[in-house]
Amino acid sequence: MIDIGLGHYLTLGAIIFTIGVVGIFLNRKNIIVILMSIELILLAVNINLVSFSIFLNDLTGQIFALFILTVAAAEAAIGLAIIVVYYRNSGTIRVEEINKLKG
Amino acid sequence: MELTLLFLPLLSFIITGFFGKYLGDRTSEIITSLFVSISAVLALIVFYQVITQGYENNIVIASWFHSGSLNVNWSIKVDALSAVMLVVVTLISSLVHIYSIGYMSRDPHKARFMAYLSLFTFAMLTLVTSDNFLQLFFGWEGVGLCSYFLIGFWYKKDSANAAAIKAFIVNRVGDFGFALGIFLIFYLFGTVNYNEVFQQIPQKLNNELTFLGFDINSIDLICILLFIGAMGKSAQMFLHTWLPDAMEGPTPVSALIHAATMVTAGVFLVVRCSPIFEYSQLTLNIITFVGMSTAFFAATVALVQNDIKKIIAYSTCSQLGYMFFAAGVGAYNVAMFHLFTHAFFKALLFLGSGSVIHSFKNEQDINQMGGVWKKLPYTWVLMIIGTLALTGFPFLSGFYSKDAIIEYAYLRGNTAGYCAVVVGIFTALLTSIYSWRLIFKTFHGTYNNKKLQINTMHESPFVMLAPLIILAIGALFAGYFFKELFIGYSSSDYFWRDSIKFLLPLSSDHPPSWIIYITPIIVILSIPLSYYLFVKNKTITSWLKEENQLLYNFLLNKWYFDELYDFLFIKPSKKIGIFFWKNVDIKIIDKFGPDGISNLIKIFSNKAVKFQSGFVYQYAFIMLLGFSALLTYLIII
Repeated sequence: MIDIGLGHYLTLGAIIFTIGVVGIFLNRKNIIVILMSIELILLAVNINLVSFSIFLNDLTGQIFALFILTVAAAEAAIGLAIIVVYYRNSGTIRVEEINKLKG
Repeated sequence: MELTLLFLPLLSFIITGFFGKYLGDRTSEIITSLFVSISAVLALIVFYQVITQGYENNIVIASWFHSGSLNVNWSIKVDALSAVMLVVVTLISSLVHIYSIGYMSRDPHKARFMAYLSLFTFAMLTLVTSDNFLQLFFGWEGVGLCSYFLIGFWYKKDSANAAAIKAFIVNRVGDFGFALGIFLIFYLFGTVNYNEVFQQIPQKLNNELTFLGFDINSIDLICILLFIGAMGKSAQMFLHTWLPDAMEGPTPVSALIHAATMVTAGVFLVVRCSPIFEYSQLTLNIITFVGMSTAFFAATVALVQNDIKKIIAYSTCSQLGYMFFAAGVGAYNVAMFHLFTHAFFKALLFLGSGSVIHSFKNEQDINQMGGVWKKLPYTWVLMIIGTLALTGFPFLSGFYSKDAIIEYAYLRGNTAGYCAVVVGIFTALLTSIYSWRLIFKTFHGTYNNKKLQINTMHESPFVMLAPLIILAIGALFAGYFFKELFIGYSSSDYFWRDSIKFLLPLSSDHPPSWIIYITPIIVILSIPLSYYLFVKNKTITSWLKEENQLLYNFLLNKWYFDELYDFLFIKPSKKIGIFFWKNVDIKIIDKFGPDGISNLIKIFSNKAVKFQSGFVYQYAFIMLLGFSALLTYLIII
């Protein structure tokens, strides 16, 4: 049986974080996937915080994780709302077609 | 009183120039004519005081410059010389103002015209009343400016604009010399006030300067430079080309500016500076030479011209030449006397020709006229008076002044003087012939105008004739009444006092009697001669024309001066200008300057625009890259 240590948690966090980051700019299809990727990044951060909190015996990290969850929920709600409004206006949420920022 | 005299024309310019639109044409005409006429009356009073009481005054109005040792005042200097000029300027000006009411009656810009005339009068008055060279220069440029405005008054005519520019530029050449002369005076004397300069002259006689590599006497140099200025303004040979072209302006302008007043400013300058010129025999000889060549040259050209105003313009040029050689032989008072009488008869001739032009509905070619003396009786009589006075018919004003010039030139007793006598007498003959040619071709012979019926010809209105009548009185009697005063041999109460300086008193000998009689005899004989040539028997003139085609063309084209200048100055400067425009301006300055920089910005911004794809994920990627780079940097440090 492998003893699960801090390194494993951090590796997991790093992997999830990388998946999230790559998900943001490799994804060409759906803007909701971007939103999900951002959630993944936040979760990776949470894993880091919680594991450090346990290994250092400091509760602050866990409290921070709770805060982040709350903010992430709110953010997801706002993000989804924006997407809905955007869909109503332009009829699509395909990432390739969202290029109105072009000068 | 002098203040009122000086500022009334300025006031009338301000009123009509700025508010003429609201005042209406008639009010503007009345205001300007009235104000300038009041000035004329005041000038006559001043002149009377100067004659009877020897009145002299120098009113300092204000200090203009005060810088280091340079002190320049605005002032009104009244002495015999400026009093004469005041009378000439204001009197002719007021008559021209009144005449213009009639002459410009068909013009839509009457108020502007009257305002310019008044401004000109003011500038001319500041010129003649200054007590220093700088105010003189101010007036000098002021009259030049007004001359430009008035020549180009009909600004829709290209030829008028070209003539105005030409007058301005040719005058710049003279003014450049004049300005250098003033600089040199300040450099040498440390002041530009007449009195102080004139007092210091005797101490500076042997001062020498290096100019263009030559050692030259500074007094000679000053005089030559001042005379170059005078040549420009007074249309002397080599700088005369603007005067005939200036006839593009309305005729009253030609009478006022280009006959009676502005062009005589050069003569005035020489006479005013007589205390300097007297010490420079070299310059006096140059003046004599230039004066007599101009007199002769202009008279020969006037012989063959066909434009009524151009004939009179060349005649003016020629008479100015007379004035200059009078000054050149040291007879400054005679020069002033001729200036005085010339103002009357030349203004009369110009205004008379204006009356003819008015009657012919702006026709100026004398070949298109003829046989109208019965239709225009007053104009005809007045023009004849003017012509008689100009040619020097006995006992008219031109007789006294022109003969005096020739006599004094003889009495001078040097080579230049004798040359001047010969040229003067010969020019008098030419003057007589071309003047009578003008009269006969305009008023006598057969009627040649095809556009206008002879029955439609009518005399000009009284408002145009009245000034002519006054001028005619001047042309008839000014010489007789003022000859004692101006050039009297034995006047105990010497009129000019200090305003003119003679190093040697003028010779009071009487010249041999043939000198006195020859000119009037020639002049009288030339009348029937001209009548025969131009009315009775035209075959002789056309035969002369055919036989001497080369000479005729030479004269008709004004000795090819315009062509020469075109070749020497205008074409090369145009080429230089085009070279700098095409090569330096467009190919260098624009290419590397404004155009180059704007092209550079365009190229860079086209490159920069490619960064903006508009895709969110690319922005996020770059943001992330940047973020991690920043983070790495912070961690490593």
